[in-house]
Amino acid sequence: MPKLHVQTSVNGDTLDFLCEPAETLLDVLRNRLNLTGSKEGCATGDCGACSVLLNDRLVASCLVLAAEVDDQRVLTVEGVARGDALHPVQQQLLEHAGLQCGICTPGIVVAAKSLLDHNPNPTETEVRFWLAGNLCRCTGYDKIIRAVLDAAATMRDDRSRVSA
Amino acid sequence: MSGEQRFKYVGTRPIRHDGLDKVTGRANYGADFTLPGLLHGHIVRSPHAHARILAIDTSAAAGMPGVMAVITGDDIPKTTARLMMGEGGFDLGDMGDNLLAHDKVLYQGHAVAAVAATSPELARAAAEAVAVHYEVLTPVMTIDQALAAGAPILHDGLTTKGQPAAGVPTSPTNVAMRMELKRGDVDKGFAESDIVVERTFTTPMVHQGYIEPHACVARHGEDGQIVVWTSTQGHFNVRDCSAGILGIDAAKIKVIPSEIGGGFGGKIPVYLEPVAIALSRKAHRPVKLVMSREDVFRASGPTSGTKVRMKLGAKQDGTLVAASASLYYEAGAYKGSPAGAGAMCAIAAYRIPNFFIEAYDIVVNRPKVAAYRAPGSPSSTFATESLIDEIARRLNMDALDLRLKNAATEGDQAPYGPKFGPIGLREVLAAAKAHPHWTAPLGANQGRGVAVGFWFNAGMNSSATVSVNTDGSATVVAGNPDIGGTRVAQALMVSEELGVPVERVRPSVADTDSIGFSDLTGGSRVCYATGMAVIEAARDAREQLKARAAKMWGTDAAHVGWDDGTAIPLNGAGDRTPLTVNEIAAKLAHTGGPVIGRATVNPPMAGPGFGLNICDLEVDKETGVSRVVRYTCIQDVGKAIHPSYVEGQMQGGASQGIGWALNEEYIYDREGHLENPGFLDYRMPVASDLPMIDTVLVEVPNPLHPYGVRGVGEVPIVPPLAAVANAMRDATGVRFTDLPLSPPRVLEALATD
Repeated sequence: MPKLHVQTSVNGDTLDFLCEPAETLLDVLRNRLNLTGSKEGCATGDCGACSVLLNDRLVASCLVLAAEVDDQRVLTVEGVARGDALHPVQQQLLEHAGLQCGICTPGIVVAAKSLLDHNPNPTETEVRFWLAGNLCRCTGYDKIIRAVLDAAATMRDDRSRVSA
Repeated sequence: MSGEQRFKYVGTRPIRHDGLDKVTGRANYGADFTLPGLLHGHIVRSPHAHARILAIDTSAAAGMPGVMAVITGDDIPKTTARLMMGEGGFDLGDMGDNLLAHDKVLYQGHAVAAVAATSPELARAAAEAVAVHYEVLTPVMTIDQALAAGAPILHDGLTTKGQPAAGVPTSPTNVAMRMELKRGDVDKGFAESDIVVERTFTTPMVHQGYIEPHACVARHGEDGQIVVWTSTQGHFNVRDCSAGILGIDAAKIKVIPSEIGGGFGGKIPVYLEPVAIALSRKAHRPVKLVMSREDVFRASGPTSGTKVRMKLGAKQDGTLVAASASLYYEAGAYKGSPAGAGAMCAIAAYRIPNFFIEAYDIVVNRPKVAAYRAPGSPSSTFATESLIDEIARRLNMDALDLRLKNAATEGDQAPYGPKFGPIGLREVLAAAKAHPHWTAPLGANQGRGVAVGFWFNAGMNSSATVSVNTDGSATVVAGNPDIGGTRVAQALMVSEELGVPVERVRPSVADTDSIGFSDLTGGSRVCYATGMAVIEAARDAREQLKARAAKMWGTDAAHVGWDDGTAIPLNGAGDRTPLTVNEIAAKLAHTGGPVIGRATVNPPMAGPGFGLNICDLEVDKETGVSRVVRYTCIQDVGKAIHPSYVEGQMQGGASQGIGWALNEEYIYDREGHLENPGFLDYRMPVASDLPMIDTVLVEVPNPLHPYGVRGVGEVPIVPPLAAVANAMRDATGVRFTDLPLSPPRVLEALATD
């Protein structure tokens, strides 16, 4: 079967790639674009380690066909920080020791950024349910949840400083 | 000695050095590595739980375009070699047979052949083209089936080792080992008891559940030189197991560890590396093997399913006087369950003068079990701590007071032999009594449970070097993959010894060529034993720096002291201006050349650890669904080097234990097919299942370590099983003895109660 030609935007870069019709976005990101930050923990959409934003919507890239992202916008964990400025979620995960082995961290970073894009002032329960699709086996989630809540607070402070 | 120590860096919470790479997606894990000309491997796995391999026809697969190698068990030599590790070791014959079956398949998912091809899709198609002819045998799926008279035998040559039960044939058998622990007169002890409680408990086979599947790349050169890139808890172990199984020199193999996406014991055995080496040798190209999640569940890990019959006797005042127990642990397809450790841990928390414990290691047609955090202890402790709870209820005693009355302390002889040194069980119990959680009011349909847990912790071999750079910064190199913050802990130790700020210390995990032998990351041993090597290496470097300062002063090294990163003149040195590390380092080229401190250690012992959990559970009696609403972990950690990562070990271990107690289990059908090999049906705790997990770090210094460190990683998974079940008892009035406490089981018990 001929390969498909896909033009898309990944982390702000316009690029194109060839892929098999059955190939997932996760496989293309990792194997064709060398963006190995998105991880495969299950390939069935249960673990969240491959989370990316597709047109600002949180998706499991293992459940998206690569061909579907033609003319769309993809953001992976590699695109969350801007230059030397970490996203507050990334910074707070470091401050709180919100990662141990770190394999789930890329998915957590993308998912938590997505939450705070939608909801700047989430409750602990909202954070827990938003991140319920991101398995972490090391931390028991405690420090991850605190990091996301603190990241939200940091971002609210920054916004109020800017508006003041 | 350690209790009076004051620290400047140890005990602080700096950001880990490898953190940035991990929050930005740059860190490279097992499956992230690639090479030019890389081939993709795929493993052919048995659909049967128990079958004889009659023939394997690989010709169709080998003839497919793009298929570069096909191998079977014939390519993995049968060996009788063993590889020693600590007190135990690996049977390399069993391990090789598990890599690619030779004569029989022993569980669904057992590898029988492997292919390497130019793409993953081709490799998968070629694997499907391998024709394996089986004679299907009756599977042995449970302990009772394995022990039944006339049971099918997994291994014709297996005999019962250890202390076989009297009057039972030692062969043919599915019992690989039986051991006994005893003291005093147990019959007399029960006769003198005022109350006796006795029950049978079961825990299901569960998986470690690391999020990163096993993955590796191997390249076999035509000159026999081999390089392996892999995600493992111990790259020296991968090297030595691969060399032993394939019959080649360890010096021919270099293993480069990737970052590791969780292990918990499950990334100790080799499953892929020798297979990838054999494929690469045949294909003359590098080969990558990556497990799917289904493979991980079917063919790696898990831990033993268990059955424990236990009996405890106590006086009216709560004094424990007798214990007896029979432990049956599933080993999976090959011998080697942690039944012995389960026996040694079962009553380690208590002074019980009379006991008799027997433990059985039993093979069944399930994957060969791997270590899982304090292997063996959670299941036997579930029985003990459930019965202790029952005694407290029967005697109307406070559950903590009963435990305090019987708690082991320094000088007591542990049930497994040695006398305890300073241990923190009583301090942990006292901290629990003082914690507001213990006396907080409960809501409707809520119950509270408490349980303690014990683990030995391990010492074993570690190596480290500490280099001082000419700008006064330092590099520390060790040989243990960093699964949860050990790099930053090692950097803190170097800072403490050299007085160099932690951000000026670079911690590094080196490959098998670049650091001395180091046993694996496991046994809660890295901060303890590797930390000891790091501290000794830093002290070695410091002594060399002092000698350089002496040279700069034209005096004797004996006249140089050290204070927080500065060489200071002692009596006899004359009037000298102190020299900082930076000043000494800048002159290294003129005072004798590079400074490298080095150390190797092999402590035979480690400081044992005790922990305690308090669990509040809320139960919906109409649906059987329960929810942990409050949870507190208290543990004697000796000395916390980086407290955040110590808390993290406690929270993570508790979370795994809660999953074990409430939801997780391997579900097999009658034919031995695993029905839930995925995260949807194998239900690990997710963020919305859990509350915040409070932690209390009790620090009773371990005299075996220069800073007082105890291993902390394993103890946390021991108490939760009973803490949760005791909370369920409190909430519902029902004593549950079979895990997990899943909604259907709870509902059924509430209906019949």
